Amino acid sequence: MSRRARLLLFAAAGPGLAAVMLIGLGGLPPFGDYHGIYGLLLAKTEVSLRRATDIVTALNFDIRAFDTLGEEFILFASVAGVALLLRRLRGEHQEHRARGIEDHRFAGASEGLRLASLIMIPLIVALGVYIIVHGQLTPGGGFQGGIVLAAAPVAILLGGRYLTLKRIAPEWALEGLDAFGAMAYVLIGLGGLIFAGTFFKNFLPFGDAGQLLSAGTMPLNSVAVGLEVTGAFLLVWTEFLDQTLISAGPEAEKG
Amino acid sequence: MSFLPYVVAVWLFVIGLWGVVSSRNLVRTVLSLTIVQSSTYLVLLAVGYRSSGKAPIVADISHTFKLVDPVVQVLVLTDVVIEATVTALLLALVIQAHKRFGSVDPADLRPLRQ
Repeated sequence: MSRRARLLLFAAAGPGLAAVMLIGLGGLPPFGDYHGIYGLLLAKTEVSLRRATDIVTALNFDIRAFDTLGEEFILFASVAGVALLLRRLRGEHQEHRARGIEDHRFAGASEGLRLASLIMIPLIVALGVYIIVHGQLTPGGGFQGGIVLAAAPVAILLGGRYLTLKRIAPEWALEGLDAFGAMAYVLIGLGGLIFAGTFFKNFLPFGDAGQLLSAGTMPLNSVAVGLEVTGAFLLVWTEFLDQTLISAGPEAEKG
Repeated sequence: MSFLPYVVAVWLFVIGLWGVVSSRNLVRTVLSLTIVQSSTYLVLLAVGYRSSGKAPIVADISHTFKLVDPVVQVLVLTDVVIEATVTALLLALVIQAHKRFGSVDPADLRPLRQ
């Protein structure tokens, strides 16, 4: 569609959209004056019922665990889509091309930056694991911690060593991690079906609130989601970096 | 100014939508879409906010405190992650479009032939 046609369509549809938005906004509660009972009820009962102190994670990996399953598979499907779309384009001489960037360095990737990124890696991993396993206790959980974990190997890229990154986190391993996380999450849900009679019912003992191993299946769900998110994001970044760093090789030679 | 968050949300929605409509570059279209989406985060969080309410983490406060609504926070939390990957998928489509048509202008997109 040409830009002109788009603008005309928008001019025609805009007033209708504005009217619907105004009606919708009129129905919103005044800011700071929310009286929805559902969230309030959960916040009051979650500690005594599930021994979880982070109500957000308790919702995510227990009360709404089934919805999270759906969201996880949106993640899985879009990452699979990215891999499918970008991988088909690569030539057969990929290994040959890749050799050219063995010493690839970003402008300004000094020795100091490389040392700093090396020091950062264990710290990022520790933070990511901490956020994932403490999901049911303090702010955090699988989604947040997974992204922090995925940032760790990227520190290698910051140091200008992309092929080292690919060696440490090869695509087959990232795909495996992504799929394993998704599978583990479904298996935990099936565990609820088998041991407690309901899909995603929290079937493990709850323990004591505030302990690392508490709140039943929540820490397990958190770890499963964490692994999937780590694999998924690293896979997406690798696919895009392959496009710029590896595919660009022969074109640069031609030019 | 109890309606200010909603005003900002509407503003984000409208400029994002305008970005999609007026875009001459598919990368800009995708980024405009993420701006539209961030307006939904703001609406959700603003809806669940309760004046001087605390974050729904009861690790070091009693759950009898006034807490903001955790349900909308969960929705935003998962939505942020999903948005990032869906944006990646759209950008992958842009790369494909560029390889096929040699342009990232949405006006240059043609139907795919068999």
